[in-house]
Amino acid sequence: MKKLAKRSYLALMLLFLYTPIAVLILQSFNAGKSRAKWEGLSLHWYAELFRDQAIMKALYVTLTIAVIAAAAATVLGTLAAIGIHAMRKRPQAVMMTMTNLPMTMPDIVTGISLMILFTFSKIERGYVTMLLAHITFNTPYVILSVLPKLKQMNKHTYEAALDLGASPSYALLHVILPEISPGVITGLLLAFTLSLDDFVISYFTTSPMVQNLSTLIYSKARIGIEPTLNALSALMFLALLALLLVVNRRASKTAKA
Amino acid sequence: MSQNLNMPPWVVWTLVALLFGFILFGILTVKRSNGIKRSFFASPYTLWMVLFTIVPCLLIAYYSFTDPNGAFTLDNFKNFWDSNYSVNQLYAQMGPEYSVLIQRGTVNIDILVYSLWMALLCTGICLALGYPAAYFMADRQIKIGSTLVVLFIIPMWMNFLLRTVAWMTLLEDQGLINTLLKFLGFHSAQLMYNDGAVLLGMVYNFLPFMVFPIYTSLTKMDSRLLEAAQDLGANHFHTFWRVTMPLSIPGVISGITMVFMPSVTTFFIPRILGGGNTMMFGDLIENRFLTEGNWNVGSALSLIMMILILISLSILRKADPEGEGGGIV
Repeated sequence: MKKLAKRSYLALMLLFLYTPIAVLILQSFNAGKSRAKWEGLSLHWYAELFRDQAIMKALYVTLTIAVIAAAAATVLGTLAAIGIHAMRKRPQAVMMTMTNLPMTMPDIVTGISLMILFTFSKIERGYVTMLLAHITFNTPYVILSVLPKLKQMNKHTYEAALDLGASPSYALLHVILPEISPGVITGLLLAFTLSLDDFVISYFTTSPMVQNLSTLIYSKARIGIEPTLNALSALMFLALLALLLVVNRRASKTAKA
Repeated sequence: MSQNLNMPPWVVWTLVALLFGFILFGILTVKRSNGIKRSFFASPYTLWMVLFTIVPCLLIAYYSFTDPNGAFTLDNFKNFWDSNYSVNQLYAQMGPEYSVLIQRGTVNIDILVYSLWMALLCTGICLALGYPAAYFMADRQIKIGSTLVVLFIIPMWMNFLLRTVAWMTLLEDQGLINTLLKFLGFHSAQLMYNDGAVLLGMVYNFLPFMVFPIYTSLTKMDSRLLEAAQDLGANHFHTFWRVTMPLSIPGVISGITMVFMPSVTTFFIPRILGGGNTMMFGDLIENRFLTEGNWNVGSALSLIMMILILISLSILRKADPEGEGGGIV
């Protein structure tokens, strides 16, 4: 009986979380434009979606920015984490404060401060500024996922490698990097998803000419939702599920190995 | 993307130089790290953060203490306490007979109080809904706990604007809930464009941020403690109240932080679900910058918000000094 109560509570929570998504996906197959009436099953809005230049361009911007920003942030952040880890206590504390600062700052303040910076230095906002902003907010997350791995590592392995004749660069690539690679990959994935999902910072650091999906949805949602957006959400949801399955399979494989 | 690159050439060159500098730096440090200290690896990051975090913050501070001509002033902050401040100054200059017109404007304070109140409500509801969910998920009787965690994560990965827009389809006048109500013979109700809709949207978006930290702290708990408590004669309620509850506090604190902070500063949800009838502090800042183009007042508001966030963070840190509450990652 108690078990049933617990389960039904969890089921209710999941219902709350999934109802809007389910409705969106259902609506995307609705032939008519009205949200209240069901006018039959159709893939009309999916065809429209791929014909919609604005959405396709936004998708391109979102994906390229997420990939480039995540890669850049991972390189920058991993190097920084190795550096911070090797520092003495005081400079380390300074660096950690600097890393935590953008994470405690509300997104809107980060976005606005970058907007001020770009306008102040007469840089026109657009693709490049959005990319710079994304690298900026991604990097601290990479550092914070790599640092714990460095701390867990036995520091004598590096010294042992040096004693056995490895050059520091060899030891770095073949001893330290393999040890911290789970943290690096976590950081990369985290940066990628954060970049995909970001709205507030992108909103302030881009121009209306260059939109990512979030800013496009925002500008559309104020006028009224188009059914193409439902189709888009359904596809994104599916892509997400697929990605999650792949990651899960990878995780279970590495767990077995 | 060539049409988007219309920025001054020196900026492009600086960026290119920076990029090549980083690559060269990377090759050099890895190749000859004999000569270079490892702490040096952090220098590109340091440079980056100074350029894109410290300098922008200083710019905000600069703008909030100056007037549009660049002269030092505290008017921006006075305008925060009294949104009629500039108008009142004008009346005061026009002579004593106009002093009757001087009225303190409380718009900004009202919006701040409203934002804090909404954020507080949202955090409270998330805690009330999320704690039991996390508790049941961590329960060993429910074997699919880890699957449930994934199920809670999936909606969070969906673009949060789409999630909010999804609620529009449900709450609209012609939306699903109203259609259902009419079908059952009830009158349709105005569900959108009020505080309740904004609150619903906030809870919906931030609930997972409450569930995960609590879930993490509950699963980290040593289950032998519970057995010991029960062996020593505590009943279920006592075990929960005296053992489980205190041990989950770090997770609760972390959850409160992760829900409260974005709730205070949210500016998308009130605009979409509140229909612009309600304004929160984030909207106010955005409005000052983009609609009014008043950077000085906007910067002052941003600075005030940052200070508020820092104060509330330090209070929360005091409640969990070791910072044990795991994040969602």
